[in-house]
Amino acid sequence: MTQRFPLFLLVAALVGLSACAPKAVMDTATGLQISPPTPDPRVGLGAGLFDAEEAIWNLNKISSTPPPEQFVGVTNSDLAFKDNYVFQGNYNGVVIWDVSTPGNPVLVKDFVCPASQSDVSVYGDLMFVSGEGLGGRLDCGSEGVQERVSQDRLRGIRIFNIEDVRNPEYVSNVQTCRGSHTHSVLKDPNDDENVYIYVSGSAPVRPEEELPGCSSAAPEDDPNSALFRIEVIKVPLDNPQDAAIVSSPRIFENLVAPPQHGASPADLEELEEARARGAFIVEFGGQERIMPAQFVGPMLAGFMAQRGGGEPTAADSAAFREALPQIIAQRFGIQDSDDDEGPGRGPTQCHDITLFPELGVAGGACEGYGLLLDIRDPVNPKRMDAVADSNFSYWHSATFSNDGKMVLFTDEWGGGGQPKCRASDPKEWGANAIFTIGDDGKMEFQSYYKLPAPQTNLENCVAHNGSPIPVPGREIMVQSWYQGGISVFDWTDPRNPVEIAFHDRGPIDPNQMGNAGSWSVYWYNGLLVSSEIGRGLDIFELVPSAAISQNEIAAARTVELDYLNAQGQPQFRWPASFALAKAYLDQLERDNGLSRGRIGEIRAELAQAESASDAASRRMLLSLATQVSTDALRAGDRAKAGMLAEAISALAAGR
Amino acid sequence: MIRIGMAAMLVVLTTTGCASTNPPVADTSDLEALYWERQEAAIQSYTPADVSFMTGMIAHHAQALVMSRMAPERSASGQVKTLAARIINAQNDEIATMQRWLRDRGQPVPEIHIDGNHLMVHGAGDHSMSMPGMLSKEQIDDLAASSGNEFDRLFLTYMIQHHEGATTMVKELFGTDGAGQDEASFRLASDINVDQITEIARMKRMLESLTSSTQGR
Repeated sequence: MTQRFPLFLLVAALVGLSACAPKAVMDTATGLQISPPTPDPRVGLGAGLFDAEEAIWNLNKISSTPPPEQFVGVTNSDLAFKDNYVFQGNYNGVVIWDVSTPGNPVLVKDFVCPASQSDVSVYGDLMFVSGEGLGGRLDCGSEGVQERVSQDRLRGIRIFNIEDVRNPEYVSNVQTCRGSHTHSVLKDPNDDENVYIYVSGSAPVRPEEELPGCSSAAPEDDPNSALFRIEVIKVPLDNPQDAAIVSSPRIFENLVAPPQHGASPADLEELEEARARGAFIVEFGGQERIMPAQFVGPMLAGFMAQRGGGEPTAADSAAFREALPQIIAQRFGIQDSDDDEGPGRGPTQCHDITLFPELGVAGGACEGYGLLLDIRDPVNPKRMDAVADSNFSYWHSATFSNDGKMVLFTDEWGGGGQPKCRASDPKEWGANAIFTIGDDGKMEFQSYYKLPAPQTNLENCVAHNGSPIPVPGREIMVQSWYQGGISVFDWTDPRNPVEIAFHDRGPIDPNQMGNAGSWSVYWYNGLLVSSEIGRGLDIFELVPSAAISQNEIAAARTVELDYLNAQGQPQFRWPASFALAKAYLDQLERDNGLSRGRIGEIRAELAQAESASDAASRRMLLSLATQVSTDALRAGDRAKAGMLAEAISALAAGR
Repeated sequence: MIRIGMAAMLVVLTTTGCASTNPPVADTSDLEALYWERQEAAIQSYTPADVSFMTGMIAHHAQALVMSRMAPERSASGQVKTLAARIINAQNDEIATMQRWLRDRGQPVPEIHIDGNHLMVHGAGDHSMSMPGMLSKEQIDDLAASSGNEFDRLFLTYMIQHHEGATTMVKELFGTDGAGQDEASFRLASDINVDQITEIARMKRMLESLTSSTQGR
């Protein structure tokens, strides 16, 4: 890399040195060395609607487009993508953009059909839109619905035909008892005739007079209660007008996970301090905890009684310390598998369910819990595991790593309308929590990630929607933080997520907290597209830096999707390309996974093969693939070197 | 879709540092005027039920602050302290939002004053203390007089009662013709509803584990 971009590195170094003194952060697992700008340029940005001051790092803003006139001043919400089109939900309807030229998005259709939140998804020629608010009308009218009970009200899913994207046609709707705050479209790999929609609704249940069968009674009083369940809608692709609810799985039944939380830095400090002063530390629920004094006394007394009574001596105390794990296991161990402590029904609903159909799993963010679901039978999802976290207020959404071995949950503490990124707000609150998923399907907490830059109390800010960026061999995600802006971070090492790029604006209103910021930002075919609640549509691209190389960005661009609903996560696959092999080489250089000399030789051979004729290129690549497989056996990073060998071999096969 | 060429690379060179810039101002003045006009218009659609909800909920939240402020000194468990700290943070912010909602609409804005365990709310009219879930003076005194495990048990029990009252208030709001149509009102009430339902479930769990570990002694 040094030979290739000397000018770039020089300038970057100068910028780093002169503009602001960088504070290097290094991750030992990935070799990532980051020098985030200090002081953080996101602090103290001037306010404005279309002219707010901005801070940007390792991103290029390609365009910012204000909303079309009918949608100005009305909340922009979630995004979906199809071909070159971006579908932007808005509380007034849906705005459809053509982003073939990302520097100049062209308005295709400003489709007025009010309802909050207008969470939008697409599949084939169909578009699905969520309606939850009380003012949504079946006829898409703008006058709202004033009556408590009305046959004009729509709360649920609207279905449109978008074969002609300039003229969406209303096909049908499916009304649900709690409306649809969000929804997720499931394309089952084994079913090409239907798609399934998992509906999440968090508003109160509708009156039965408005929608027959809707009950907010406790399930023991009414088995058909709309609480404690999700809704599954089946949409026959050939007859979407027949879409209907086919099941209401009670995936929360007997949920008893206690509200624990992963150890934060403050917790670890407290543990160390307690250990130093000789407190009793026990492992409970997979985590070390300080044993409360009120338990120590009676347990020690019980222990002494077994040893014949009397006042405990130092030796008794040491023996007690040693016996403690066993005492704890005897006393509490059985409880873990014992479900007889009440009905334990858990949440009444999910906020969002992220489906990963290729792996047959889903991540449900459901009130106080993060759930892992088996969705191989789309109509009957089953719960595999559940986690709770006392640092988490409200589980909002989930994103999986590309191999499905990690999952990241977000906590939308305060609902998105509150300023939860102030310097005084704890780093574990309103953050992301990262879990690994074991072979047994159980989740294990690893760390928290929260927007590192403190925001003002004029800026609503909390973890919100995002999506993975397909950089091969790494887990990189871009995420919205409302008026906290957008943050790109690497969570390849789940214990040490680290920010690698950002964009932020000052507050929308200089005097009071306005409703603005990035609702969602998703990667789609090389672009980072952000739905700005008040300001419209922003489009960014990654730029090379110490945190991400030109080759890695180029390799990410080789992944092309025909459509994207972020709540239906696709598994990325990288076609054979020189960029892919070079990206792996850059990563091996970064983590010292292969000797510098060897990396240089492989780079040179790849360059030769790239400019050679097909036949010659094939021969060179085949030979290189064999050599690299051998290198991999003694490489510092065998896995990555093996991936490099495979990438070169795939390149040869394509010649 | 598009490739980064040399031109883009040069842009990188100039913007990759820690840049704070004022973006070039395109002609968005008309849209800007429209934006603020619509913000202004949006606050006109509310009903007396919305006003009453906001006014009442400020006093309701204020009592949760009184309860939660006792925790650092009296609670036995870190979990209850954490919960109380989060309730203080969340409900303080929501009170500010509700006060602003009322101010923006030219309505009287209740001011709250907390002196130890004593709560005074000025300007809430006759809402004062008769809302669903509000603790009686005796309950507040009991809570204030307790400590350790007993405090935790009472705190969770009373806060569950208090939160359930808040969800009842949301239910009543949404059950009124024309109420909750205003975006800010619907959103705030919905957020309070889900947050408190979630917290009720969490507190019930905490209460159960508190009871079972107390019995375990």
